[in-house]
Amino acid sequence: MTAIIHPDAGTDRVGEQARYNPARRVRGLSDRSIAWLFVAPTIALLLAINIFPLIWMIRLSFTSLNLSMSYLPMRFVGWDNYSDILTDEDVWARLQTTASFVICSVALQVVIGFGLALLINRQFRTHSFWTTIILLPMMLSPAVVGNFWTLLFQPQIGPFNYVVGLLTGIPPSSFSMTGEVALAPWTIVLVDTWMWSPYVMLICLAGLRSIPDYIYEAAEVDRASSLRQFWSITLPMVMPFLMLAVLFRAIENFKMFDMVNLLTSGGPGSTTELVSITLKRAAFEKWRTGYSSALAIILFVTVFGAANIYVKVLNRVKQR
Amino acid sequence: MRKSTTGIWSKWAGGALALFSGIALAASITGPAAAQSKQLTLCWAAWDPANALVELGKDFTQETGIEMKYEFVPWTSYADRFLNELNSHGKLCDLIIGDSQWIGGAAENHWYVKLNDFFAKEHITMDDFVPATVLGYSEWPKNTPNYWALPAMADAVGWTYRKDWFSRPEIQAEFKKKYGRDLAPPKTYDELKQIAEFFQGREIDGKKVYGAYIFTERGSEGITMGVTNVLYNFGFEYDNPKKPYQMQGFVNSPDAVKGLEFYKELYKCCTAPGLTNAYMQEGLDAFKSGQVAMQMNWFAFFPGLYKDPNVGGDKIGFFVNPAGPKGHFTQLGGQGISVVATSDHQDDALRYIKWFAQPAVQQKWWEIGGYSALKAVVDAPGFKKSAPFAPQFLESMAIVKDFWAEPSYAQLLLDMQKRVHDYVVADKGTAQQALDLLVKDWTKVFKEQGKTVASQ
Repeated sequence: MTAIIHPDAGTDRVGEQARYNPARRVRGLSDRSIAWLFVAPTIALLLAINIFPLIWMIRLSFTSLNLSMSYLPMRFVGWDNYSDILTDEDVWARLQTTASFVICSVALQVVIGFGLALLINRQFRTHSFWTTIILLPMMLSPAVVGNFWTLLFQPQIGPFNYVVGLLTGIPPSSFSMTGEVALAPWTIVLVDTWMWSPYVMLICLAGLRSIPDYIYEAAEVDRASSLRQFWSITLPMVMPFLMLAVLFRAIENFKMFDMVNLLTSGGPGSTTELVSITLKRAAFEKWRTGYSSALAIILFVTVFGAANIYVKVLNRVKQR
Repeated sequence: MRKSTTGIWSKWAGGALALFSGIALAASITGPAAAQSKQLTLCWAAWDPANALVELGKDFTQETGIEMKYEFVPWTSYADRFLNELNSHGKLCDLIIGDSQWIGGAAENHWYVKLNDFFAKEHITMDDFVPATVLGYSEWPKNTPNYWALPAMADAVGWTYRKDWFSRPEIQAEFKKKYGRDLAPPKTYDELKQIAEFFQGREIDGKKVYGAYIFTERGSEGITMGVTNVLYNFGFEYDNPKKPYQMQGFVNSPDAVKGLEFYKELYKCCTAPGLTNAYMQEGLDAFKSGQVAMQMNWFAFFPGLYKDPNVGGDKIGFFVNPAGPKGHFTQLGGQGISVVATSDHQDDALRYIKWFAQPAVQQKWWEIGGYSALKAVVDAPGFKKSAPFAPQFLESMAIVKDFWAEPSYAQLLLDMQKRVHDYVVADKGTAQQALDLLVKDWTKVFKEQGKTVASQ
């Protein structure tokens, strides 16, 4: 049999080669399938380390499981764990402590961070050097921060008490920043502010640098005072950045554990016991797995709900 | 001239192949050898006696060829770390020196190997050990012949004092003038408080000193292990001796309330500032730096303190926990050694216990800084003179009481930590309220555990 070769056949083959798709040719997969193939490992990992534990935790929160008594049968207790938590005065007290800590520390960080950003934004001669110095605290590990501030606050040998004594005349060993009911809550706020104000500064600095110069030039042409420029230009334009900083810091501080645990262990008494410390104690010291799962779910829903409302407000501010 | 890329890649590939082959060859040679050498991992807290145990373990290795590996964790995370390990059925530890309060949970959850058959086979009898240590470290249920550990490290709360300060004529004269008696180690808590008040804020050798150091730690077990020394002696009971788990009127009895108030008074009047969250190490630091006249701490640390160049030797004295109006007790410390049920080397671990139980080994254990619980060692004629704190140790071991050793001990302990710290350190509520709340907390825990708790 004679083969008939079409004169254009060679050209067609070149065209086919140009449209060559190795996946389709070799595996017979569509672009969409390939996309899924690449994304699948990430999704699988996410399901394995995030979603599955979350579902498992929801299941456990309805049980009586206590790991220190694993010989007891695990019972389904319905909403008992949730009602126990929500009617427990101690838990509400810990939530109040957490809320006070979050509000005070974030407010201070916003004021100080924004103030530092305004200063650094002036671009003076050594501003890069000072920026680096200011950023140092947030680069440290919370464990390191907790430990060295514990030493700084030591009533008899700590430099903090010594400086306070020098400035006020109060004997350095007569007060303990981490051990007194009136001072301990402010101590954790102080250390957290020291550590995280630079982070707020960094976000505000990005906001300040995004404001075009011509707006200020126009304001100057209109003879607007510096204060007027601040209220009418700087603050509104930095506001979305500030709100973002507040969101990040509030979420982080709601979960705060390591630094406070090292500084005060939640004491004196339960004065600085944040809800994360309560959760850790219930889960990994008392081994009340069912109860602590319920508490974790309640905290998750609280943070998630509050963050969602906040993001909606943030979007409105941005649209203005 | 440009080198051939193929050539470079060939060289790299060849090098990598050679390296890989070398490693594989080395592993194949050393692997079986490593597998052949036996090894045991012993888990305990990181403290002075652990160093002595490492020293002692060298004899075991020499005798048996079994290498000893150690996992020592600081006290503040000791319970968290190892209970987590046991809970998750981990294989890190073959042998564990677990705290006395763990014994209930360890037995009920089958974390430890039951040792009765092994003891019978090896002719190890618990009659050879100090009764308080057998009850505290080995038995579950309590007062039954079910053994889950061999008493390994006997310990109790005791006190150290600055003998050199106490013996100064001018201080003695001033004390006698003020209180009408000689300045001597206190026999009762009232005497202790008087002495502590006397030293509080006093200047000695140009340095301000404080009366007493007591446990106040919040996170793990500190303040509970401190306050119980006073509570027991004022009449506190964990429950009705005739009706188990009936706590109302025993935990929060008027005597117990007085005891708790006394501990707070002692904390307020006579301790160094800033010790609001302080346990063993802070006590050692306070004593070694010459800050305090008297220190509450575990006997385990006393050999080290006696050797201290600044405050040890002739400068240090020891006394038993003082008595109170309703009795004379002290808090039991110490631990037993157990074989972990998930260990793959249980036979070797049991061999270690057999070796450790020998009188000669126990004698050496005491000599190098451990505290033996073997009667043959502690009842020996020369024992009381073998160390300056030996008589006090013996006396203390005869009057010890321990915290709950129930499987739910961790919850019971943390509840007490919270209630006592809230009252003593944070000035929250009254002693009566603190103990009433404690009864409420403990009742809830026991009910969750399935116990019947009578209210009256």
